[in-house]
Amino acid sequence: MNEACAAAFAAWGLTPALWGLTPASWGQTPVFTWLFAAACAAITWSCAVCAEPLPDFQIENPAPGVYVHYGEQAEMTPANAGDIANLGFVVGDRCVAVIDTGGTYAVGRALRLAIRRVTSKPVCYVINTHVHPDHVFGNAAFADDAPVFVGHATLAQSLRRRGPNYLNALTRDLGAVAAGSALVSPTHAVASDERLDLGGRSLGVRAWKTAHTDGDLTVFDESSGTLWLGDLCFVGHLPVVDGSLRGFLSAIRELRTVTAQRVVPGHGRAAAWPAAIAPQARYLERLLADVRAALAAGTPLAQAIDGVGYDAAERWLLADRFHKRNVTAAYAELEWDE
Amino acid sequence: MSSRVLSAVLALWLATSAVSRAQDNDAAANPIWQRLHAQLFGGAPISVGDSVVALETPTRAEDAAIVPVAMRAQFAQTKERYIDKLWLIIDDNPSPIAAVFQFTPSSGRADIETRVRIEQYTHVRAIALVSDGTLHMATNYVKASGGCSAPAGKDAVAARAHLGDMRLRVYDAPAAGRAALVQLMISHPNDSGLAMDQLTRNYAPPHFVRSVEVRHGANLVMSATVDFSISENPNFRFYFVPGDAGELEAKVVDNQNLAFTASVKLDSPRVGAVSAPR
Ligand SMILES: [Zn+2]
Repeated sequence: MNEACAAAFAAWGLTPALWGLTPASWGQTPVFTWLFAAACAAITWSCAVCAEPLPDFQIENPAPGVYVHYGEQAEMTPANAGDIANLGFVVGDRCVAVIDTGGTYAVGRALRLAIRRVTSKPVCYVINTHVHPDHVFGNAAFADDAPVFVGHATLAQSLRRRGPNYLNALTRDLGAVAAGSALVSPTHAVASDERLDLGGRSLGVRAWKTAHTDGDLTVFDESSGTLWLGDLCFVGHLPVVDGSLRGFLSAIRELRTVTAQRVVPGHGRAAAWPAAIAPQARYLERLLADVRAALAAGTPLAQAIDGVGYDAAERWLLADRFHKRNVTAAYAELEWDE
Repeated sequence: MSSRVLSAVLALWLATSAVSRAQDNDAAANPIWQRLHAQLFGGAPISVGDSVVALETPTRAEDAAIVPVAMRAQFAQTKERYIDKLWLIIDDNPSPIAAVFQFTPSSGRADIETRVRIEQYTHVRAIALVSDGTLHMATNYVKASGGCSAPAGKDAVAARAHLGDMRLRVYDAPAAGRAALVQLMISHPNDSGLAMDQLTRNYAPPHFVRSVEVRHGANLVMSATVDFSISENPNFRFYFVPGDAGELEAKVVDNQNLAFTASVKLDSPRVGAVSAPR
């Protein structure tokens, strides 16, 4: 973006140096600074749809044909361009399946370029593990590949209900960095278990009952034993409850019995399986017990939100952003058990 | 140089967004409020402050779908002076008039706790009409939640399965003459609906609670006209003054004219019964 901008000004003979606007004098010439900035912003805007790849977009190759990109453990900001969730792809003999696409078009684009560095095989599936914006807004970067967009049976409806809010918030929080990001609905709905064939390699896709959200999918690459958990597993990043706390806990109980060579959580890195999911289980079990206790004591919601704590020794990331939200969701779910 | 260009762009963006935030914070200037002021109150003067009704909201909506809000009367209801109506207004929601509550001297206190959806950065207002005809307003500014929280419901399937379940509960041991806390829970999607999707033919009609009426014998305790700015599974906490024993009864009607009732006997167990739609 910066290079594009500087190049454009150079082409017009309007470099800041020609105006005598050396870096040191910027502070004293606010009008010129603003004019330049405004012009530059306009260029950035018009060129954002041809977004440059993210400069530091890294992929790892833990097993043959398996590629993972680990997003930053943060909220979406202009600086990280919404690159906060774990994404990846699996390469078969015939074609490539993408698993989650990132929080903006720019991230999806970077992922697509990463695929092209590895293989020229077509992208035949784009799988979204769930509706959250950090996992789906890069879908638009794959539109030209005309893949099958795969999601949980509830995903299309959830995207329609939540999508406009997600898009507003994305534009609000990321501004021009969000340009090109769009809602892309699934073209194939998964209601229970399915296999997707990539040629000599198949992925098992499973739709879960309401847990992290009411439309979570996991993806299992049989040849490498790699299990993509989406946000059914958080490592480091505080787990988020946006579906059902009880459902989340029962999904975890079941997941713990699954054998896998490696797992890819939705956020953070998993060292060993199933040990990687233990801190999340502890956090959610305590949340369940503490919210139940608050309800039994007749504590109103607003006080419970401020009063129900968590184990600080676990050193969760982003707890200040998500813990109170989790208490709210848990309270609204569990109060009907009383 | 290029990083300075970037910081200049950022500075410009920050400067313009700071200007718009400052405007946002001017509660009186909000054009939506100005329109509502004319529409609902004929532009009548409204005193600003919390001497009649205090408004409690979080400063930030942690979960956009469930934001606790309390409107608290600053004096007890008496025949001589009482709060007649309370409006709960969320300026920048698609439907700003979240609820209008009506009270009587039998309410004891004109307090309401409920939960609302917050779509974006917005002013929230509690406006009281006192029996002497004066209007009073308390205003808070609530920041929207983070980008991965949406005001939609969490589990559409579960919401449908339990439609119309109700809980009516009296918290304090009923004592004549003293205001007792009541909670009414209604299992309902309280949904604004979705327009027809031309591609998928997917359609969800609006389905939300329209009115709530709570009576103690012949006395009206509280009635409300509500909207889909109220969260899924509408929840109201309020007061009433128990007179004789008898029953406390809640009647709820939604926009599809489904009616639900619940009641609790005041001299026996304190958790009320559940009824199916009729
Ligand atoms: Zn998520």
